[in-house]
Amino acid sequence: MIGRRVLSPKVSQAAAFALLWTSGAIVMLPVIAVVAVMVLLGARGLTWRFLTAASGGLLPAIAGTACLVVLTTLIAAPAGVAAAIYLSEYSRPGRAIRLIRLAIVNLAAIPSVVHGLFGLALFVMLLGFGRSLLAGACTLALLVLPLMITASEEALRQVPQRLRDGSLALGGSRWQTVRRIVLPNALPGIITGLILSVGRAAGETAPILFTAAAYSSTHPYPRSVFDQVLALPYQLYVMATEIPNVPAEAKWATALALVMVVLGFNAVAIVMRARLRAARRW
Amino acid sequence: MNAVQGEASQLIVRPQGSIKFETQRLNMFYGAFQALTDVSVAIPERHITALIGPSGCGKSSFLRCLDRMNDVIQGVRIEGKVLLEEDDIYAAGTDVVQLRKRVGMVFQTPNPFPMSIYDNVAYGPRLHGAPDRTGLDQIVESSLRQAALWDEVKDKLRQSALDLSGGQQQRLCIARVLAVEPEVVLMDEPCTALDPTATFRIEELMLELRQRYTIVIVTHNMYQASRVSQYTGFFLLGELIEFGLTARIFESPQDRRTDDYVRGRFG
Repeated sequence: MIGRRVLSPKVSQAAAFALLWTSGAIVMLPVIAVVAVMVLLGARGLTWRFLTAASGGLLPAIAGTACLVVLTTLIAAPAGVAAAIYLSEYSRPGRAIRLIRLAIVNLAAIPSVVHGLFGLALFVMLLGFGRSLLAGACTLALLVLPLMITASEEALRQVPQRLRDGSLALGGSRWQTVRRIVLPNALPGIITGLILSVGRAAGETAPILFTAAAYSSTHPYPRSVFDQVLALPYQLYVMATEIPNVPAEAKWATALALVMVVLGFNAVAIVMRARLRAARRW
Repeated sequence: MNAVQGEASQLIVRPQGSIKFETQRLNMFYGAFQALTDVSVAIPERHITALIGPSGCGKSSFLRCLDRMNDVIQGVRIEGKVLLEEDDIYAAGTDVVQLRKRVGMVFQTPNPFPMSIYDNVAYGPRLHGAPDRTGLDQIVESSLRQAALWDEVKDKLRQSALDLSGGQQQRLCIARVLAVEPEVVLMDEPCTALDPTATFRIEELMLELRQRYTIVIVTHNMYQASRVSQYTGFFLLGELIEFGLTARIFESPQDRRTDDYVRGRFG
């Protein structure tokens, strides 16, 4: 039963550690490589002039991405947080809850290009928003909704049950307990989750490709939610595939700007989470 | 059948004077598991009643039936009656919020909210429609005084309750309960997480409070039960084995199992 050992425990332990450590290190390589390539090739092109020029520069795309992200958050966050509160605080296990969870998982699994086509059919055409900031933000909202629900629910569940019990035992209703105890204590986690979701939305191309994004030399900035907008990922896509003779430097500079925006959102979320964890003491 | 009932009536003594709570054939289930079996007992008003028994005997489950805190737990089913004075608190249409205003609860682990000392005590009154600022100040002060905490915290009411020691936190939780002016205070092993000095202070406090409140305390500390309570109930495997004056339960228990338990032969 015991058999003959091929390796001594010491050696096998060392081998396992080396293998696992290497696997861990390999995960970091792509991140480092992507950032390094972007910086090396794009830093020179990323001049102040290129960043801020309204024509032939990045400012319209950055402004468009900012508009999309803000509107997406305004649409998705209330629904996402409300759904998370329902799932975490009100629901009882059963068929209905299983169906809701199944829907969330599957919504998260839908490829983003399908979201884009769906947005085209529903928001652009059926609801008549046209190719617009609003249609794009609605489509992105659908894309990030599962992320927001999952992150918010996680934050709500981290509030200890004994705090809820304390409030209920004092005669607090379920809603009073959610409103005065659970939500304030979960808010930091919820906001962190929202920022991460927003970072995801900022980097997507496919969902806005058919619903919101367009080049316009006459109106580089949207004037209402029914205007088309430019966005960083879309601009990169167009520069790389559709416009001939764009200098490589400009493409890489755009890519660098996009990576900085997305990683910037993540960095803010990570710093916030670390600070709030340090401040929390229940 | 008659013999059994005759025996039961000896073991479960009905207290003299006015009765605050009365349970009639109370059964409780967690899913398929029966946590309480046919518990019928009367709990006297403005006395301290201790519930003792080994871990898992149902004493905490019984306590949580009295303010319907078991409602929070999934899969719990309750049969029988629990009368608070004349009202069956499990009858349809019972206002659980009103019930929990009348029947407060102190938990095993101190659970102050992560907010200031003042806001912790003011939490209950604010839920139920706070009076004006002066009124609230008065409630906070008198609740903290009743909980013997005022002198220690009066200069730092705006500081976080989480900075208090464990014993102070538990007295704050008691003050928080008193602030909603309950009639009954349920205490679920309130000293388990505390050191002997803090435990002593809570016990002193209970003895002061019993003049105004009906107190039911679950404890696995038999010395605590004998020090603070006037009535004691002994639970075993979900059944109330014996209930009566504390002195009788500890000095001349009628049931063999009670005798074994209070003499420390098991549990």
